[in-house]
Parts: sequence; C-alpha cells; structure tokens
Amino acid sequence: MNKVRKFDLKALAASAVLFAILQGLMTAEVIGPFWELNLILICMNVILASSLNMINGFTGQFSIGHAGFLAVGAYVGAVMTVKLGFSFPLAIVAGTVAAGFLGFLIGLPTLRLDGDYLAIATLGLGEIIRICILNIEYIGGASGLMGIPRMTNFTITFWLMIAVLFFIKNFKNSAHGRACLAIRENEIAADTMGIDTTKYKVMAFTLGASFAGTAGVLFSHYFFIAHPASFTFMRSFDILTMVVLGGLGSLTGSITGAILLTFISAALADFPEWRMIIYSLAMIILMLYRPQGLFGNKELSEKVFNSLKGGKSHE
Amino acid sequence: METGLLPVFRKTLIYGICNEGFYLKFYKRKGEDKMKFWKKASRIALAAMLVAGLTAGCGGGGGEKKAADAGKEIVVGVNAELTGNVANYGKSMLSGFELAVEEANKAGGIDGKKIKVVTADNKSEPSESGNAATKLVTQNKAIAVIGPATSGCVAAEEPVLTANKIPLIAPCATAPGITLQKDGKTKPFVFRACFIDPYQGDIMAQFAAKDLKVKKVAILHDSSSDYSKGLAEVFTKVFTANGGQITTDEAFLSKDVDFKASLTKIKATSPEAIYVPGYYEEVSKIIKQAREIGLTCPMLGSDGWDSPKLVEVAGKEACNKGYFTNAYTAEDKDPAVQKFVKAYQGKFNKVPDVFAMQGYNAGLILFNAIKTAKTTDGTKLADAIAKTKDLQVANGKLTYDEKHNPITTALVLELKDGKMTLNKKIGG
Amino acid sequence: MESGFLHQFVQQLINGISLGSIYALIALGYTMIYGILKLINFAHGDIYMLGAYIGFVCTSILKLSFLPALIVSMIGAALAGMVIERVAYRPMRNAPRIAILITAIGVSFFLENVMILFASPQPRTFPAVFTATVYHVGAWVVNSQQIVILISALVLMVALTYIVNQTRAGKAMRAVSFDADAARLMGIDIDSTISMTFALGSALAAAGGVLVGIYYNSIDPLMGMVPGIKAFVAAVLGGIGIIPGAMLGGIILGVVEALVSGFISSTFRDAAAFAILIIILLFKPQGLMGKNIREKV
Repeated sequence: MNKVRKFDLKALAASAVLFAILQGLMTAEVIGPFWELNLILICMNVILASSLNMINGFTGQFSIGHAGFLAVGAYVGAVMTVKLGFSFPLAIVAGTVAAGFLGFLIGLPTLRLDGDYLAIATLGLGEIIRICILNIEYIGGASGLMGIPRMTNFTITFWLMIAVLFFIKNFKNSAHGRACLAIRENEIAADTMGIDTTKYKVMAFTLGASFAGTAGVLFSHYFFIAHPASFTFMRSFDILTMVVLGGLGSLTGSITGAILLTFISAALADFPEWRMIIYSLAMIILMLYRPQGLFGNKELSEKVFNSLKGGKSHE
Repeated sequence: METGLLPVFRKTLIYGICNEGFYLKFYKRKGEDKMKFWKKASRIALAAMLVAGLTAGCGGGGGEKKAADAGKEIVVGVNAELTGNVANYGKSMLSGFELAVEEANKAGGIDGKKIKVVTADNKSEPSESGNAATKLVTQNKAIAVIGPATSGCVAAEEPVLTANKIPLIAPCATAPGITLQKDGKTKPFVFRACFIDPYQGDIMAQFAAKDLKVKKVAILHDSSSDYSKGLAEVFTKVFTANGGQITTDEAFLSKDVDFKASLTKIKATSPEAIYVPGYYEEVSKIIKQAREIGLTCPMLGSDGWDSPKLVEVAGKEACNKGYFTNAYTAEDKDPAVQKFVKAYQGKFNKVPDVFAMQGYNAGLILFNAIKTAKTTDGTKLADAIAKTKDLQVANGKLTYDEKHNPITTALVLELKDGKMTLNKKIGG
Repeated sequence: MESGFLHQFVQQLINGISLGSIYALIALGYTMIYGILKLINFAHGDIYMLGAYIGFVCTSILKLSFLPALIVSMIGAALAGMVIERVAYRPMRNAPRIAILITAIGVSFFLENVMILFASPQPRTFPAVFTATVYHVGAWVVNSQQIVILISALVLMVALTYIVNQTRAGKAMRAVSFDADAARLMGIDIDSTISMTFALGSALAAAGGVLVGIYYNSIDPLMGMVPGIKAFVAAVLGGIGIIPGAMLGGIILGVVEALVSGFISSTFRDAAAFAILIIILLFKPQGLMGKNIREKV
C-alpha cells in the first residue's frame, strides 16, 4: 500500500515537472501556438484513448461508438456555458455526468451483445446520437453550435488528463478493475466465479463514456464550435486506433498511442495532399509489425521503475 | 559489455520496438545487466528529448528566418477541405484560387513580390480547420487566409484569425452569421465572396411566385448542410408571404444517393414545383430520379447547382425546367466571364464550377487589397478589403457592403437542353 | 389521383427493395469474408468504389461495352482484394482480431485517400452504357436498372450459395471457416482458400460498384464509405456469415429506410436503420437467419 502511494507521488512529481517544462517552453515561445494546440489535442486524445481503453482494453467489450459520447459532452458543456450561462467547471461536470448517464442507459441493454455485434451496435448508437444532434435546432443543428468561448487551456487540460489517468490506473488496480480484467480474459469463467459481469461491464462502459464526455467539453471549449461533422464514426475509428496501437489494456500504451498518432497527424500538416495517405500507411505498417500494440497489455512504468530500483520484487 | 552511445541507442530502439523476450534473447546473455541498461536508456531518452527540444527551438528560429524572407514573397494560406466528405468543394475552391495566383504571378506579382500559396487540409472537419488555420498563421506566417469552403469550418477558424489580426476571405461560406458578431456588429477580419443564404432564397421564392406563378411548392433540402437548411427556411418564409403554399419539406443527408423514397412522398402531395437547395453532387441525382418516377414539374435551386456535372449526371432532358439562382454562368458572353472560363479550362481542363469561380474571386479581391493597402499588415489589409469597390471579378463588378458581403449580380438561370440560359437578372 | 396510402406504400416498397438490393450486393461479399476470417473488412466498401472506378475507366476511356467492362472490373477488384489480403491481412493471421480490424480501417483510409489524390475528389459521370427504360405498372413506376440490380443480386446470391455448398472450393471455404486448424490437417490449403474468398468477395463488390455507377450515373472516391457501413449492418441483420442472410438483411434495411423516409421523416432514416438493427440484435443476437451458437465453457 505504502509502495503504491510512493509510486503515485513519484508519478505526480514527474507530471508536475513535465508540466513545468512544457508550460515554460510555451511561455518562452519555443513551442509556438500550433504545437501548443496540438499538445492540448494530445491531452484530449489521451483522455479519449485511455477512457476507451477501459471499455475495450480492460473489460474486453468491443465498442466503436466513442465519438457519440464525445459529442454529448461537447454539446452539453457548450449548452451549459453558452445558453445557460453556467461556469466552465460546472460545464465540465455536467458534460461528464451527461455522457456517463447516456453511457449507462445505452450500456445496460447493449452490453448483452458480444464481439462484433456489440461493435456494430455501438457504431450505430454513435451515429444515432449524431443524427439526433443534426436535427435539434436548439443546439444549431447542421450548422453546429457556434460562439463557444475558448476556456480550455493547457493547464486545465493537462491536469484533467492526469486526474483521469490516475483514476483509471487506480480503477484498474482495484477490485472492480480486477473483475473487469477477469471478464476480459474469460467472461464465462468470471461469471462462474461469482463476478456480476453485467454490473462491471456497465460500470466500465459508463466510466469510459463519462471521461469521453469530459474530453468533449474541453474539445468544444477549445475549438469555438461544436459541429456534428467533428463526431462522425471516423473519429471513433481514430480513437480506437490510438488504443489498439498503444496496446489494448495498457494505459501507458494508450498514452503513447494518442501522442504518436496526434503527432504524426500534426507533423504531416505540411504535406496536406499526402497526409492521410501516409497516416493510413503508418497505421497499417505499425499494426503489421506490432499487432498486439506497442506495449501489448503491459504497462511501461512498472517495468521501468522497478528496473531502475534494481529489479526488486513486484509487491 | 558494450558502451558508447550508438550501441545502447540501438538497444533502446530494439527494446522499444520488440518485446522483452527478444531483448533478453539477444542482450541478456551477453551479460548486460538489465538495470544498467535501463539507466542508460533513460539517460539517452532524456538526452534525446533535450535534442528534440533544441531542434524544435531551432525550428522556431527557422520560422522567424522565413518571416524575414517574406520581403521577397507574399505568403497566402489556403485552408481547404482536401480530404473527407466535402473534399471536392474544397479542391475546386483551391484550384480557382491557384488560377488567380498564377495570373497575378505571371503579371509580375504584386509590387514585384511573388505570391506563395501554402495549403492546409482540414479533413472537412471544424476542429481540424482551427488546427489548420493556426498552422497557416503561426508556422507559415500567412498574411491572409482563403477558405475553407463550408460555413462550419469557417466558423471554427475565424476566432484564430481574428485573434491574430489576419484577414480571412471565405469564398463560399454562405451562412449569414459568419461575418457577424453576436451583437450584430461586423467582424473586422472576415469577408466572403458569395451570396448569403437569405438573398438567394428570397430571389428564388419571388421568382417562383411571380414569374413561374406556381402556388404549391415542395422542398427537398440537405439537413446536414446549414447552407441548404438556411435557404429552405428563407424560401418558405418568402414564398408563403407571397401567398404560396409549401406542400411538404423533406430532407436528405449529404452523400445520399437514393432519393426515391422522399421523391415518392413529394409526388403524392402533387406540387407545381420543387425547391432543392443544395450542391450538385446530390441535386443531379435528385433531378434524375425525380424525372424517373414521373415528377415533371419545374425544379428550383441555388448556386450549389452550378457545375457541368449537374447536367452530365442528371441528363439533358431531365434538367429541362430547371431554374436556379447563381452569380454568373459559364456560358455568359461577357468577356470577363469568358476570360476566366477559358483560363480555367486551359489550366485544369474542365469547366469551372461555382466553388472554383468564388475561389478565383477571393484571390482577385485579396490581391487588389494588397495593392491598394501597399502593405501586408493584417488590420490595414482588412480595411482595404472592406473598401473594395467595383472590382472586376470573374462574374462582374464586386463591391462590399458594411456587413462584408459582396453586392454582386444575381441571375436566375434556366437549364435548357443542357445549357444554362439566362432567364432573369437581378441587382448588380 | 392515386395518392392513396396503399399506392404510396407499394411504391415505397419498390423503392426500398431496389435500394436494398444494392446493399445486399455489397453485403454478400462482406458476409463471405467475415464468414471465413471473422474479420470486419472495412475496406470492402472501398473495393466497391475501386470496382466502380475500374468500370468507369473501361467504359469511358477504353470505350468497352457493358459486359467486358463489368468483367474487367470484377477481375481487377478480385486482384486488388487478393493483394490486400496478401499484404495487409495474411501476416496478421494469428494477431488479435482487433488489430486486423485496425489494419482494415487503415486499408480503407488508404484506398479512399489514394483515390482522392490521384482521381480527384470530384464525382465522375458514369457513361450510360445501357439506357434505362421506365415501366409503368399500373400507377407504379419501376426502372429497368432497378430490376437489373435486383436480379443480379439474386443471381449472385444463388451462384454464391451454389459455390459455397456444392463445389470443392466452397467446401474448403466452409471447412476453413468452421475450423482453420482442422482444415489444415485435412490437407486444405488455407492461404489459397482465403485468397480465393477475397477474390470472390471483391469481384462481387466490384460488380455492385459498376451497377450502382450506371444506376446513379455518378461515382466518387468516398462512395463506398456509407454503403460499406450499411452493408455491414445488413449482413449483421441477416446473420453474418450466412449468404441468404445478407440478401435478406439488405432488403430489410432498404425497405425500412424507404418506409421511414416515406411515412415518418427522412431526417431520421439512418437513425431508424441503426435502431432497428440494435433492437433485432437485442432479441436475436445472431441475426435473423443466424444459428444460435451455444457458448462453450
């Protein structure tokens, strides 16, 4: 227990240092606005990827409708600040709760499906959410919700990301997380062992959806607009790719996947015509050479830190 | 034991790319201690990060150098939909603008300075559009940005440009709100080179009621496009105010290919005309299918119809009794129009559509403003654009009103045997 | 005036069946590939697009007539399908299924964007290789092309069922689909069987692409994206891996879409299609014609 806390403190300190360095570089304008934007985008994508990893990686439920929850968060948050005049933190909470609640409602019936059937159902649900948004005039319909103030900045995004990551890490290591892992490994066996599989599947799904909602609020308050075109199934695929590329079930993998893909996309911005081609090729090649993702389902940190301490026992 | 930067770096790479088993197989047996390996690896990672940081810093310096070079050339950014759902519109717009740039550079540039185009792709998606605009302004130091083609993407990039005081000309963003702030004031840096939705919708509704003398019109609009939705709304308002009746208002989504279900429903309401505001990609299929199921009434539309593809896909006969509002026609005998159409055909080997024309116009507007302002300073440039008056563009003379909307001619064109013929000219 | 409810209902049914037969045409290939590899081949819709483009080149540039163009495009797409399988899927035979799925998405992005770059995103006008005749049956309207598409889908479905159930290659396919390892032990060449399935599935998609190109008169690089997803929905609806199921799913999906846009609202057409899928899955998780497979403990 002590050890866990020590590790947490260390990780917290490391992220504080990282934050200080990045913030310093930004203030010194070594990192220009373009890369600052992409850093924020990376943070959002890390939240999205790690939250999807809770569903797909830890619990083994194949969901590809994450963009729908992102959209719910984005719109609920924007309605809170723009239409109802609430403050930004409240909007974040509202977006998170709304997406989580929707995740719960959707998860309860659909998580009875498995494998590809669940995949296509979640894909469909993501599209249904988007089509509904297209048809609600109150939130702008097809034109999108414009005039959202930019309230998201690097500090908020970074620390929210850290908070989400800590939550997910602790969840994974908790009894609930172990139950989820058991479901992933063998659902029938888990069921036989007395694990309430439905409960844990819905729990992971709800939590994953709510974090996507958090990212959504940040998203719409950074790009000034919430527009249905931002939340198509292409975005769901993007997030899924980050998760799988990093390694299903590996939190550090999701972080790396999100950083890597966002970075590739940004670095290729100078070759607009070729960008998507190179991006797709990179996707194929990385998968061909690392089908289990960069980290498999292992975490990078444990190994590194343990090795640094001289490979002491893992307890 | 191996020492030195390179071997250890190689190992880091191998470890990063491959799994632990591989590492153990190849290095552990050489007696390399795992702990030491990681210590080295972490040191190298740190060093690599520092190097990367330094390079990034130098990169930043390089950017400033580029800015200094700007004395010789003028960098204009184009934020366009090059991939994704509406890539064909973005690409058309870009090619129109490229034609304007080529002509300007052939004529010796502006005050001896060549124009350099930097493009960025927004994947037809608003958030990417903000990203692309940031890149154009901060990395490429563009003095002005042209595009994107769709209103949603423009709305997302506009705050970035306004914050950096960089003028933006949106060639084909028709939503009225694009150039206006919340309080109704005009945004100082945002301009467009096309009609706004209410203008066109109004003209077509008047035309339907007064010239075609129809009483019952059905609407089929694209519910995923604010352009189409906006036009449908205005049309409904003006047409009913003129004593007409809207029999039904049906919707489709962009990229749809089968409209027979909606058309069958429309047919059952027996309208005297159908208003289909939208882009040619869908409209051409709508016209074709409408004629197939036996709807013979006039079809009315908007400037999104303007493309040779419309007649090609729908067929010449099907297009008869088609009327749409537009800013120009490629078959206009006016020398300015013909000059543009010929030049465009010469460069791209196809007849320009409305996006290409508006992209071209945006270029002319911008270059004219740079000439009159004699500077590339954003604020002064925006002032100069706002003062554009009687500028000869591809489709006539262009003047900006106080809301940064161009006052141009509006035409109602009729499709006859595949040709666009002028039916009525309004304003100008 | 025959604008009664029944009249409209029948006309919408006709519209729906014609739309559905297009989905079915794509879904047939989808379901075959899924059946053998358990892979959601997201690139299938793009193969359909590729087929349409090959057909376009054949008819408009090489000036071939309809049948040769169709055959060339089917062969071309079959080759493309085999190459994609060889390069992108075969090395991943033992990888987690989700990894292959990502590769499939990558291939789909790749095909779309290569076409955007080299063929421009502009839609192309498909030459009218045979003219459409419009038949008025009573008060209802049917287009000869709609009939051609429906018949092609039916013929291909029957042919496929025959191939899969009666021929040697088909037996090999079923064996591989049932248990790949056992099939290998029985002396079946798994690689060539899978390759063959891809060729067949891709050729079907290409046929669909050419027919749709002729029917709608226009093709573009993203034309496969939405039909690809819809066809997958159709395949799942009918019970994925089952050939008549794909046909049934396609028709049902088309009819649902037509009826929803005809009698409710066209804006919610796609939402309704997905909603029906989810509802059906909740009550019959294996799809309409799927067999209930008992979970193994």
